Amino acid sequence: MADEEKKTTLTDKEAEGQKIRVFEAWCKKCGICVAFCPTGALTSNEDGLPILTYPEKCTLCGMCELRCPDFAIAVKAKEKEEK
Amino acid sequence: MELIPKVTHHYLRTKKKFPNVWCAGCGIGIVMGAIIRAIDKLKLSRDEVVMVSGIGCSSRMPVYVDFNTLHTTHGRPLAFATGVKLAKPSLKVIVITGDGDALAIGGNHFIHACRRNIDLTCILVNNQTYGMTGGQFSPSTPFMKIGTTAPYGNRERAFDISKLAIASGAPFVARGTAYHVVQLEKLVEQATLKKGFSLVEVISHCPTLYGRLNKEGDAVEMLKWQRGHAIPISAAGKVPPEKLRDKFLTGVLWDIEFPEYCEEYDKVIAEAQRRD
Amino acid sequence: MRTATDQKERLLQGNQACAEGALASGARLFAGYPITPSTEIAEFLARQLPKVGGKFIQMEDEIASIAAVIGASVTGLKSMTATSGPGFSLMQEHIGYAYMAEVPCVIVDVQRGGPSTGLPTKVAQSDTMQVRWGTHGDYYAIALAPSSVEECFELTIRAFNLSEKYRTPVIVLMDEVVGHMREKIKLPDPGEIKVINRMKPTVPPEWYQHFEINPHFVSPMASFGEGYRFNITGLTHNPEGFPTDRPEVIREKLDKLKNKICHNVSDIVQVREEFMEDANVAVFAYGIVARAAGQAIRMAREKRMRVGLIQPLTIWPFPDEYIERILEQLDLIIVAELNQGQLIGEVMRVVRGKTRVRGLFRYDSELITPDQIFDKIREEK
Repeated sequence: MADEEKKTTLTDKEAEGQKIRVFEAWCKKCGICVAFCPTGALTSNEDGLPILTYPEKCTLCGMCELRCPDFAIAVKAKEKEEK
Repeated sequence: MELIPKVTHHYLRTKKKFPNVWCAGCGIGIVMGAIIRAIDKLKLSRDEVVMVSGIGCSSRMPVYVDFNTLHTTHGRPLAFATGVKLAKPSLKVIVITGDGDALAIGGNHFIHACRRNIDLTCILVNNQTYGMTGGQFSPSTPFMKIGTTAPYGNRERAFDISKLAIASGAPFVARGTAYHVVQLEKLVEQATLKKGFSLVEVISHCPTLYGRLNKEGDAVEMLKWQRGHAIPISAAGKVPPEKLRDKFLTGVLWDIEFPEYCEEYDKVIAEAQRRD
Repeated sequence: MRTATDQKERLLQGNQACAEGALASGARLFAGYPITPSTEIAEFLARQLPKVGGKFIQMEDEIASIAAVIGASVTGLKSMTATSGPGFSLMQEHIGYAYMAEVPCVIVDVQRGGPSTGLPTKVAQSDTMQVRWGTHGDYYAIALAPSSVEECFELTIRAFNLSEKYRTPVIVLMDEVVGHMREKIKLPDPGEIKVINRMKPTVPPEWYQHFEINPHFVSPMASFGEGYRFNITGLTHNPEGFPTDRPEVIREKLDKLKNKICHNVSDIVQVREEFMEDANVAVFAYGIVARAAGQAIRMAREKRMRVGLIQPLTIWPFPDEYIERILEQLDLIIVAELNQGQLIGEVMRVVRGKTRVRGLFRYDSELITPDQIFDKIREEK
């Protein structure tokens, strides 16, 4: 997956410490993740890509990841799940 | 720790053509994610999972997943899958099909797979249209909806897929939606565990063709429609009948026990060898 | 336990001998749909396959039958189906799939009169061209045609061997009379039968390509469930098995399908001949007609006529080389077939006007008799 990852918004290193990572090369900007974000933490930028505008609102519920038809968004695992 | 989708990316053939072939907002990718997570939850080895599909938008799914994958002909994946399963019953055979694939050209194979009760898990993505060929009406297009081959409204009745499966003898029939993705994952999991033929009908959406032709909005609007029209079967009793009109039930609709074909055939082998 | 192939002289029907041949070659799955005049093959295998741990399944139609056969074959079982013209027509879609996906399997077509429902219980050889050209697209077919109960047994084994060796569907082209007639046959010991199994990969899964391009044109074949996790599709694909639209990859794929047959014609093609050493007239006939032709040439030899028999056991690929080689010595080739003239076109293609070619066709549900062939020889000579 190396080729595709290079094109993503964040590098692996940059993704460290982030709550959400969008794989730009795979995202088709359908808006599902933003529309159904339960807390309104996600918004779309002018290109239609999702961004975590309100990271403090993000509960890491993961619904954006589950509903993404393109496997283009990843949500950090909740702490307890990491154990 | 790198940040990638917790489960799904580990099962993707990422060297293949990603982004995937489906249109923006298509439900099929959502269904694919649910299937992958269900398989992961069941801790099935990738080597023992076979994904068989027919022809159509949903049937493009196997290319993307790292299982044994068999992309077959239009309408016939259940017949191919029957051969796979019978030849090696230890394999978990999951069939991906669509409403045109399974119900029109493959209708006969569908009812007979239900009746024969060979242990296959059939995930039927019902988007009410032929997407790959450009939005023609399908056997599950509702009455009077528009398709490119029904420009004045579809005058045929739609199949009730789950009822058809139950009537044909399928011992496990469930219905989910692309919107209710957590429930869908559980239904796929239950269906995969079921010994015998299991069907999961997934109400999905085609925003590009069906949605546009019928002015039902984009993918988000169509997912909202699913949210507003799905009634969990557990709650159906509490809903007044007039509110159930135009709605559909979701959840496990049918779950009975019936002897599974491969197990029965093992008995045939034992009997034939005993008599010899 | 009595095995299906114990060595004693038995009176068998052609259909049954075909089924015995399948068992002897290691076939362990049959999927089919009842149709006259092939049904005895299914009935026999429904009884016999489970005795050897094999599987029989009756599907909902012929399309499903060959689909199940292909599914079983990619999972590692030698698999087959049997049918007649109408069912064979239905199977064309998946026979094409088997060519494209390079899936070994055997399809028996016990011919009856056509077109359409035609003559369910009567003999014909009118599927001769269909076995070559029945499905759409470019491909190269292998079809073997027995004329006796013994050949039904032998050629079914050979069909499995060729299908495994070349990773391709092989058709056994029988006819109603060959299928239903009974003759004495001595079945060989299992140890005497040469059985070929498909070549398996020797590379680790990460290097494996299900449709590898190599100098032999035949790729080693892993089965589902063995850890290789490859993709199979009827879409034109690259060596890994994924759909492609690159012209050079498409060409390479179609060349492979062609070359694995065309480069091995000498291995695949078998011709049986009688009295051809000094013949200046040949009767060219396959299947049941070759039996009548055999009698006719004996009648001719009694009259001191130098007539021989050419019986292609392999009708596809067509025995071009054999005919080209024998052409010099021949003044006349009589092509006798139970149709309105199908193989005669192939003979004429190879002969290119260098010698006379005459047809003797019968398509009224009756067999061509030795007398008819003999009369034709006298008339044309």
